[in-house]
Amino acid sequence: MFVRGLKRKCFDGEEDIEGTLAGIKAIPSYNLQRQSLLDMSLVKLQLCHMLVEPNLCRSVLIANTVRQIQEEMTQDGTWQMINTQSTGQASLDRLVSTDILCRSSREQAEGKHVPGYSTFTKDFEGDQAQDNSETMSTASSVQAPRNLQSNVWEMENPQENKGNFQKSLDQIFETLENKSPNSVEELFSEVDNSYYDLDTMLTGMMSNTKMGHCDGLETFSSPSTTTSNSNCKSDLNELDHIVEILVES
Amino acid sequence: SLAGFGELMQDVLWCFSQVKGTVDTGVTEADIISTVEFNHTGELLATGDKGGRVVIFQREQESKNQPHRRGEYNVYSTFQSHEPEFDYLKSLEIEEKINKIRWLPQQNAAYFLLSTNDKTVKLWKVSERDKRPEGYNLKDEDGRLRDPSMITVLRVPVLRPMDLMVEATPRRVFANAHTYHINSISVNSDYETYMSADDLRINLWNFEITNQSFNIVDIKPANMEELTEVITAAEFHPHHCNTFVYSSSKGTIRLCDMRTAALCDRHAKFFEEPEDPSNRSFFSEIISSISDVKFSHSGRYIMTRDYLTVKVWDLNMENRPIETYQVHDYLRSKLCSLYENDCIFDKFECVWNGSDSVIMTGSYNNFFRMFDRNTKRDVTLEASRENSKPRAILKPRKVCVGGKRRKDEISVDSLDFSKKILHTAWHPSENIIAVAATNNLYIFQDKVN
Repeated sequence: MFVRGLKRKCFDGEEDIEGTLAGIKAIPSYNLQRQSLLDMSLVKLQLCHMLVEPNLCRSVLIANTVRQIQEEMTQDGTWQMINTQSTGQASLDRLVSTDILCRSSREQAEGKHVPGYSTFTKDFEGDQAQDNSETMSTASSVQAPRNLQSNVWEMENPQENKGNFQKSLDQIFETLENKSPNSVEELFSEVDNSYYDLDTMLTGMMSNTKMGHCDGLETFSSPSTTTSNSNCKSDLNELDHIVEILVES
Repeated sequence: SLAGFGELMQDVLWCFSQVKGTVDTGVTEADIISTVEFNHTGELLATGDKGGRVVIFQREQESKNQPHRRGEYNVYSTFQSHEPEFDYLKSLEIEEKINKIRWLPQQNAAYFLLSTNDKTVKLWKVSERDKRPEGYNLKDEDGRLRDPSMITVLRVPVLRPMDLMVEATPRRVFANAHTYHINSISVNSDYETYMSADDLRINLWNFEITNQSFNIVDIKPANMEELTEVITAAEFHPHHCNTFVYSSSKGTIRLCDMRTAALCDRHAKFFEEPEDPSNRSFFSEIISSISDVKFSHSGRYIMTRDYLTVKVWDLNMENRPIETYQVHDYLRSKLCSLYENDCIFDKFECVWNGSDSVIMTGSYNNFFRMFDRNTKRDVTLEASRENSKPRAILKPRKVCVGGKRRKDEISVDSLDFSKKILHTAWHPSENIIAVAATNNLYIFQDKVN
């Protein structure tokens, strides 16, 4: 899509680089800058969810930028490099902060549901330290609050957008590890179904149930079963996996 | 006097006239001006702010005793147009910020304007009251009800003069028609209808009917996952009541004819400039997003504003603009930083002068730019308190783009990106401009000999 030489114009300060030696340095720097642009864009999309409805034009433009980067990285073959240990770590940190974000917004929206949720989070924080081999036991402790969780989701219709918010945030980070080219569309679809239209919100709820608890757990219990790209859980860190199950609708 | 009407164009010298608003260094968010608009005669100038208020200024009659005052604008009416609301279904606030004000042409003694926030359009009537009735039968002068059994004589109330009072009353409220955020309103040349545009839809209203509107454009995809483009601005043609245009976040303009179909999803004309491959970057689409579209007074041209340029299009030529003006091309190398601090999403507006010979738009550092379409000359001016001595001539400003900076120039890195001129207005027939700089409104006029 782009000629290598032209790409160097894309970022600030690149024009100052002179000479072949600096030019050679510029090529890995380009990938780094592209990656940081991708990260910045994803953070921007996340920060959209404030008290006021997010600016749709801005969200669309950022999402298109993310898609563009993704397409280029897929063509470059650099998309594969994303799923490394270090990024897994980083995404875990982000998942924790997502949890906090979600809890604070839930607190204002669902007073009575909070106790169940915070009980769960205590379990989650305790589980963080566990390694992969203990995931089966974690799974069983997860199943206990699952019913509470499903109650939360079912009763949550008017507040459904908040649940999808959590879900969409998880999908944001899932896209970093998910090699599916459709992931940006999904990311964007969840964001919008939540916020913009009662009709699509409710139909979104309907289509979300395909990724519901049962599906999640089935996937978990038989990890070899992967159906759609959105259930491509086996690629993920197991801890991320547990959070995925717990916050999916 | 009108500039550029076929005569040898002398450069207009712009002078400071007035500034409205406080000088406080800390700006109250609610005072930030979000829209500016002259009415059709230029007698009135309206501003809307983030706090949902509308302030209308009226030009005073020119006095022979003080010819140099050239008709100053003074506050005529202030009212709260919109209040903050809470959408309980979505658990989201609806801002009271006034996105746009549009005047209706005057048809009687009262003035009418449309003001809108993200969701609701309101029609306001602004009228003067300088008489009041006195001598009611059933109540006395204090307003207290009189005992009917005590009344022995009937009288006819008479109108007596009183101090001038300007009242603003909401005559219509056009609500619940927009799922997304309203970015534009435009009064049709038939004066009976108007349109309101949000990110994905455009609705047509009749002024008399508030519980119904016709949807004339809908670009919402069946599957929201496929959404890649939104509507950014829309306007009716100034003379042809069946024609309107709307711009998009992908830098395109569509002209639609309402006679062809009820739902104008198919455009009659499609304006798009082919992309310049040498300038391609990850930010290309964002900077091509059109933030404003305006018909010329003649109706022959449209002007669009994107992040770095203003373009003039001939309605008869769809494949490229006839003129392109660089507003602040020195920002092209800073796009990544401007993306990071969100400035790249700033929506600048643009305006024509009365004769369509000069166009104006804002920039950063409280700079605004004017482009003369005939002489091809342009000027950068600044709205600041330092240049606010009465009738002081504004000195042209220059941004230094590298190399040695001259004494009066300012370097790109010194620009204040928090001081942005997004909203400006040009008097319909005179060289008077209104420039909104955050919470201050500047009025400039051309030099009077």
